[in-house]
Amino acid sequence: MPRYFTDEHEWIDVEGDSATVGITEYAQDQLGDIVFVELPTVGDTVEKGKEAAVVESVKAASDVYAPISGEVTEINSTLEDEPGLVNSSPEEDGWFFRVNVSDEGEFEGLMDEDAYKEFLANL
Amino acid sequence: MRYLPLTDTDRSEMLAKIGAKSIDDLFVDVPAVAQLDGPIHDLPMHASEMAVERHMKARAAKNLAAGDAPFFLGAGAYRHHVPATVDTVIQRGEFLTAYTPYQPEIAQGTLQMLFEFQTQVARLYGCAVANASLYDGSTACWEAVAMATRVTKRKRAVLSGSLHPHYAQVVKTMAQFTGDEIADAQPAITPEVDLDGLIARIDEDTACVVVQYPDILGRVCDLSKVAEAAHEKGALLVAVNTEPVALGALKSPGEMGADIVVGEGQSIGVGLQFGGPYLGLFAVRDPKHVRQMPGRLCGETVDAAGRRGFVLTLSTREQHIRREKATSNICTNSGLCALAFNVHMTLLGEKGLRELAAENHRLACLAADRLAKVPGVEVLNNSFFNEFTLMLGGKPAREIVRDLADRGVLGGVSLGRLYPGVEALEHALLVAVTEMTTEEDIETLASELETLVKETD
Repeated sequence: MPRYFTDEHEWIDVEGDSATVGITEYAQDQLGDIVFVELPTVGDTVEKGKEAAVVESVKAASDVYAPISGEVTEINSTLEDEPGLVNSSPEEDGWFFRVNVSDEGEFEGLMDEDAYKEFLANL
Repeated sequence: MRYLPLTDTDRSEMLAKIGAKSIDDLFVDVPAVAQLDGPIHDLPMHASEMAVERHMKARAAKNLAAGDAPFFLGAGAYRHHVPATVDTVIQRGEFLTAYTPYQPEIAQGTLQMLFEFQTQVARLYGCAVANASLYDGSTACWEAVAMATRVTKRKRAVLSGSLHPHYAQVVKTMAQFTGDEIADAQPAITPEVDLDGLIARIDEDTACVVVQYPDILGRVCDLSKVAEAAHEKGALLVAVNTEPVALGALKSPGEMGADIVVGEGQSIGVGLQFGGPYLGLFAVRDPKHVRQMPGRLCGETVDAAGRRGFVLTLSTREQHIRREKATSNICTNSGLCALAFNVHMTLLGEKGLRELAAENHRLACLAADRLAKVPGVEVLNNSFFNEFTLMLGGKPAREIVRDLADRGVLGGVSLGRLYPGVEALEHALLVAVTEMTTEEDIETLASELETLVKETD
């Protein structure tokens, strides 16, 4: 299952025509204690590079951008009650939403794990 | 304070820096007709301090101030007794100079005060969470509508006909910029609130129903039925209260199922002050809606050493953090007025508030009974707290109010003034009574009305 990363610190797992999106370990560490996650609604259409969710820490609110375009098929509603999951398990249990992949061409330009590590090293 | 004069040299240096030839260049966008081209009309270029003082005193003497006459004005602003302690406490430097806390944790006193204020408002309104605070009742009303549209993802608000018309106006003004659809109506001049009519206007597109309690005519009704009807259609019930003292006697809107309760807090701690600054109260019944609330919330916590402390728990929806995506740009937390509310409410306590409410209602009942005996005057309401509507015979209420003022009585608010051009309301007079009203005041109003209504029959 390939995992891609964006330079806005989102990750995306692709499995068939379904893609799962979340924010990276680095992003959660930068944000600090996350107190709220605003998720899209199932059925919403998200667009690559546009705002799809919002994470709030105690003193900041940050946008989460969709790494690819598609219709939201599922959201991680556990985050509504346990936003701290994003801190404790950002790249697994703390996933945000799933979309159906409409255009595989959009994966172009996303980083793989090694490229993302290098990207972080140069920040 | 240092006074720094602006010299001609300063001025020309600044103009040169920005590339303007003269001060007039800075006003090119203002149409010539709107620009002042000489001294202000009729105003002398100078006068001595003594002369100005004398002049202003003479002008002020033309006012008939609230405290100088039997006073029956209400309609959203009420004259109550504010204990001297309130003024003394709010003027302490620790409070007076601690402005809106953007670096909040260093202002522990302010935060503790706001925390207590929130607690008082939440309990008064029968809600789980209150914010601290908003600008005034009418803008709080709009914020409630805006919040309901966020919660329900619908864009239509149904306003009860008996919502204060100024509140309805503010809501409609704001909605021009958000594209929300506001359905309002005129009040029906009936002894009871027409709840069925309101319920019939709720549909599947309705984000919220906004109803005032007690309403603009002073009527009190059980809101449970409207709450149920709104919830059945997936809409929220917004209850607006302009007289918080009433909630010392009446069931709270939250207990009746209102989802958002908002209102004006001026009655408690804040004087009439020629119309402002006032204090917007805002609370939600269901804690799950807290994320969609405007403004800020203070919370209680412990510091690293385990000592009790207060923090701004929730302000991430405001403009200084969220910029253009702020839930609301109403950052004006009326801090000093909230403090006055907090101090007055603390002095009253629960028992005191109940007693104050009982006294208001007792005097209002006396007034209603006495005024109903005036020939040509009819009390409209079947129910009221401390404010009710009189239907007057003869001249329009507006003129009678003016005649009463000439006779040294501030007799009420004519509904014709609140609803210009609505014929059905021209003979309606809104009369408010508080603990400041004496039995002599009531007798004076009754006898003056007797003469005036008879004269015009």
